[in-house]
Amino acid sequence: MSQRLIGLLLDALWETLAMVGVSCFLAALVGIPLGVVLLVTQRGHIAESPLFNRVVGALVNATRSTPFIILMVAIIPLTRLIVGTSIGTWAAAVPLTLAAIPFVARLAEASLREVDPGLIEAAQAMGATPRQIVAKVLIPEALPGIVAGMTITVVSLIGYSAMAGAVGGGGLGDLGIRYGYQRFEGEVMAAVVVVLIVLVSLVQWAGDRLARQLNKRLTAKQAAAI
Amino acid sequence: MISIQNLRKLFPGPDGPVTVLNGISLEIAQGETFGIIGRSGAGKSTLVRCVNMLERPTTGNIRVAAREMTTLNGAALGEARRGIGMIFQHFNLLSSRTAAQNIALPLELIGHPRGEIARRVDEMLALVGLSERRDAYPAQLSGGQKQRVGIARALATKPSVLLCDEATSALDPETTKQILALLKEINRSLGLTIMLITHEMEVVREVADRVAVLDHGEVVESGRVFDVFTDPRHPVSRSFVGEVLNRELPEALASRMHQSPSSAEHLVFRIIFTGPSANQPIVSEMVRRFGLSFNILQGHVDYIQGSPYGTLTVEASGTEQAKQSALDFLRLNNLKVEILGRVPATDRAVA
Repeated sequence: MSQRLIGLLLDALWETLAMVGVSCFLAALVGIPLGVVLLVTQRGHIAESPLFNRVVGALVNATRSTPFIILMVAIIPLTRLIVGTSIGTWAAAVPLTLAAIPFVARLAEASLREVDPGLIEAAQAMGATPRQIVAKVLIPEALPGIVAGMTITVVSLIGYSAMAGAVGGGGLGDLGIRYGYQRFEGEVMAAVVVVLIVLVSLVQWAGDRLARQLNKRLTAKQAAAI
Repeated sequence: MISIQNLRKLFPGPDGPVTVLNGISLEIAQGETFGIIGRSGAGKSTLVRCVNMLERPTTGNIRVAAREMTTLNGAALGEARRGIGMIFQHFNLLSSRTAAQNIALPLELIGHPRGEIARRVDEMLALVGLSERRDAYPAQLSGGQKQRVGIARALATKPSVLLCDEATSALDPETTKQILALLKEINRSLGLTIMLITHEMEVVREVADRVAVLDHGEVVESGRVFDVFTDPRHPVSRSFVGEVLNRELPEALASRMHQSPSSAEHLVFRIIFTGPSANQPIVSEMVRRFGLSFNILQGHVDYIQGSPYGTLTVEASGTEQAKQSALDFLRLNNLKVEILGRVPATDRAVA
């Protein structure tokens, strides 16, 4: 493997990690609370507000149904407002974040919904406020599921980031397309795919491991069997 | 301590509102263990949830420690709930917290300082006998141990009332006994008022002072546990009592009696001893005095709240005069007698 190829791969890897890392972090920061809101404002839940729930739900669905490549182009004015430019790695992080937020929110909501309603009832019987129920019961109990959801998000975003080339964002996917496809350098394409496979495997392994450590629902024997 | 007046609760249903609780009134005294028994669907879980406002009553009043609960909201309700502990059928422990951390939860909610929480948690672990397992997660504990953690958690904030919602229904009989013994002990040592919901009469017999029988959202019978056990009035109470005290006649005897004419010679009756009379030799006295001969068909002695309660089913032969005098003699000695039927003399009795 040539020196040039290694240099290209390292640069692209860094761009991918930067884009995915920043957007996942921000998406978790916004998406997890959004998932909490989506759940607790439902009718009959601890902070019910059905109308608000429907509006937020519709917004989330709308964002999720927009194809990423269209979303990326459509929000160029917003991107320019936030990072000052509409091209480059950081510019690609904006649409990635925006696409990931509703994704994370729905996954978090699903995990939070799995928390036994009996636990919420027990906390209410202790005099817990809705805020305390979220902080002390819902999030800690749903954490293994939320971590699993974040793992899925990271893997999906690595895939999405391949499209970042469209706005000059660089990254592994972009490298593969430009060198491997447009310049017929099959070797680059193959190297990119190998790096992506390793990267995704590592993310999945680390995510599974963390989720398993956080999950105290299993007995020692069950945990060992996995 | 707990005063429930005219409590009604309706739930919305597909064909209009469904009445789950219909005019419940109960008074539970300070330090008392009060059992509420009913079949599933009788409304007992809804009733206990109304006490701490997990369910809002449709109409009626509930006072706990002289505080009207139905008008409370927000912070005031939260504060009132701290005075009411609750334990559940499925324990409802946080799987992400150890035993000690679960017990600490209600104290964290109030915002107690850390040192104080640690001290109180140690105390509670010792009270329920789980100091050794303090760092175990619920998944590593047995059902009985989980309920001990539940009890410790419920008592951590020093409530004056403990609500038990089918607290032993998920446990095996042996563990149930241990948990009930623990409840009895804390009832005595802490002067705690306990309201206990169950569908098992055995649980009521084991711990309760008084009992209310709930059926279709109404209290059909209530009173001292001993009285309800020995003299159940309502059919639902009778069937509950029947599960614990075996009063069914043996099949062979029942069918023999059924086929016999009412003029048959041998009289089958049941003598019921309660309280002090159970300890006196009245039956042997009767046999001597009236010259009857006896065949014992069935007999039990049970202890309810420490008082003996016995039944003896016998087949008696002798002159009609002697039989009548014997029954009068038993009644005169404050024993209850139930005439069950007659069987012919030629038939050999099966014991």
